Amino acid sequence: MDQFTINLLFVGGSFALYFGIAFWARAGSTKEFYVAGGGVHPVLNGMATAADWMSAASFISMAGLIAAGGYANSTFLMGWTGGYVLLAMLLAPYLRKFGKFTVPDFIGDRFYSKTARLVAVACLITASVTYVIGQMTGAGVAFSRFLEVDKSTGLVIAAVVVFFYAVLGGMKGITYTQVAQYVVLIIAYTIPAVFISLQLTDTFIPAVGLFSTHTESGLPLLQKLDEVVRELGFRDYTADVDNKLNMVLFTLSLMIGTAGLPHVIIRFFTVPKVADARWSAGWALIFIALLYLTAPAVASMARLNLLTTIYPSGPTEQPIEYAERPDWVQTWETTGLIKFEDKNGDGRVQFYNDVPAFQDEATARGWEGNELVVNRDILVLANPEIANLPGWVIGLIAAGGLAAALSTAAGLLLAISSAISHDLIKGSINPNISDKGELKAARISMFVAIVVATYLGMNPPGFAAQVVALAFGIAAASIFPALMMGIFSKRVNSVGAISGMLAGLGSTLVYIFLFLGWFFIPGTASFANTPDNWLFGISPLSFGAIGAVINFVVAFTVSSMTEEPPKEIQDLVESVRYPQGAGEAVDH
Amino acid sequence: MSDHNTNAEKYWQANLRLILGSLVVWALASYGCAILLRPMLSGIHIGGTDLGFWFAQQGSILVFIVLTFFYAWKMNKLDEEFGLQE
Repeated sequence: MDQFTINLLFVGGSFALYFGIAFWARAGSTKEFYVAGGGVHPVLNGMATAADWMSAASFISMAGLIAAGGYANSTFLMGWTGGYVLLAMLLAPYLRKFGKFTVPDFIGDRFYSKTARLVAVACLITASVTYVIGQMTGAGVAFSRFLEVDKSTGLVIAAVVVFFYAVLGGMKGITYTQVAQYVVLIIAYTIPAVFISLQLTDTFIPAVGLFSTHTESGLPLLQKLDEVVRELGFRDYTADVDNKLNMVLFTLSLMIGTAGLPHVIIRFFTVPKVADARWSAGWALIFIALLYLTAPAVASMARLNLLTTIYPSGPTEQPIEYAERPDWVQTWETTGLIKFEDKNGDGRVQFYNDVPAFQDEATARGWEGNELVVNRDILVLANPEIANLPGWVIGLIAAGGLAAALSTAAGLLLAISSAISHDLIKGSINPNISDKGELKAARISMFVAIVVATYLGMNPPGFAAQVVALAFGIAAASIFPALMMGIFSKRVNSVGAISGMLAGLGSTLVYIFLFLGWFFIPGTASFANTPDNWLFGISPLSFGAIGAVINFVVAFTVSSMTEEPPKEIQDLVESVRYPQGAGEAVDH
Repeated sequence: MSDHNTNAEKYWQANLRLILGSLVVWALASYGCAILLRPMLSGIHIGGTDLGFWFAQQGSILVFIVLTFFYAWKMNKLDEEFGLQE
């Protein structure tokens, strides 16, 4: 059986499973559509949260980013897990106690203002749409690889599948499908990692292998990797970072962004009790950590494997000849994600860091420029092939990558469509809409969201994980502070919260647009996106943390100059603080 | 009624203390050991690199898990102590 057929079987099989579950658990009422009826067990919810959370960015892009950046990109590992600590302690239990369907529901009630609710809807939609772009790009890469089509076609196929899948499910269908998708993605991620860890370090657990001895050289794995990359002009894998301020702010943006992402928060509305919401955050983190502890091992081992493939006799010897390149290089070349150009015409593949500092060394070796360009996003998908693993492992990876992208896309589309149908249409435009009408509106808004996401996915402002990082900045600067102040302060009033959110969101967007182009339209950036141009060395991706501080400061200042919230709102704040009498999630 | 208020007040204060303590550990593991204090900890070797690298790629995640479960366990106990459980 050829690889294409195997891939098709694995992906087709997993899709059949998801469609089956989604059909079995399809939503009949708005309550089932928005919060899965409110009766999901905390462990299952933890698993669904993990699948919802771990996106194409986590599954496909993250290890590639860490492989390329080494220590410097540990920010993704800490940022995307540390937010769950904040979520568990600062938001989830209280929002569960509040017991409504959506995040703008809480903001609208707590800040007793339709405007606040609408601002929250705008923030939510901006963050979620940005985030969906990353998913679409990732799914496009996965489809283009296993169906052997170009990236844009892959993207359109992904869009069509996600659309049918999310519309059928609703939160109830999505939850149980996500449990299945978690199982698929974690198996798909772990199996090749275990094989590769055994090959390189004789260690069964990849996370342990990362800090063990590289069997072939007898050196610690990370030391070996440092030596190999150094020979080729790259920075040491474990090298420290100079700009610590930016590293701290970027990690912080990812953490508070995680805690402020609506599609994650609404998952905690589906458990029966406040105590369950707390446990559920812990379970989610455990299920997430299974992948996040494996990812750095995959990153370093894949980087080493890739370099060993190109320099079979070591980095100081001649690289392989192009004519003798492995099959996987050829298959990835057809997708355009690996590019080779024989600059010095010697028929060999010179792959190194083409920087001025390495110029002399390169010239001495007769090299006239780096000849191989490998897209970072393919690292996890190509990993089993690089390590010569059997064909079924490759099929499994394809199914896993798609499970990750689709489960997150579905969760995001649900958050977007519930914001539009529940908060915008039922909450503002037409409060008398019937349950059936609201369901229909939710499904139509999903369609619009996916068309927009697909267009932007074709013209993305960066790599999948970085596009996602933008969504985090927005969630961090607008939604997280508003929710936290709503729970922990009785003094913050509606004017304060609205001006805070607008100031946080506005400043973050402006800072991002200045460097990445206004509304991400190519060529409209005001400054080149280089560290020299950044304010105090803060990258546009790290600005969310600053935006959050601006939000807090503006909200408190404005609130202190205006009237305190009415008595019933202060009572509402009291009531969300104590678990007693939570009851189930209810409509207005 | 005033009894209920002081009870609730105490519960909320205990919660705030617990959150503050947990967040100190949270920040120490990630922003501390993994980033800002890494140069200071570079003398401690672990698997071909140093302790700061370990915290950045593994240690902090383990600390986060322990913190989240500790908080859930402790708070659910507090709920019962103060008679505020569901």
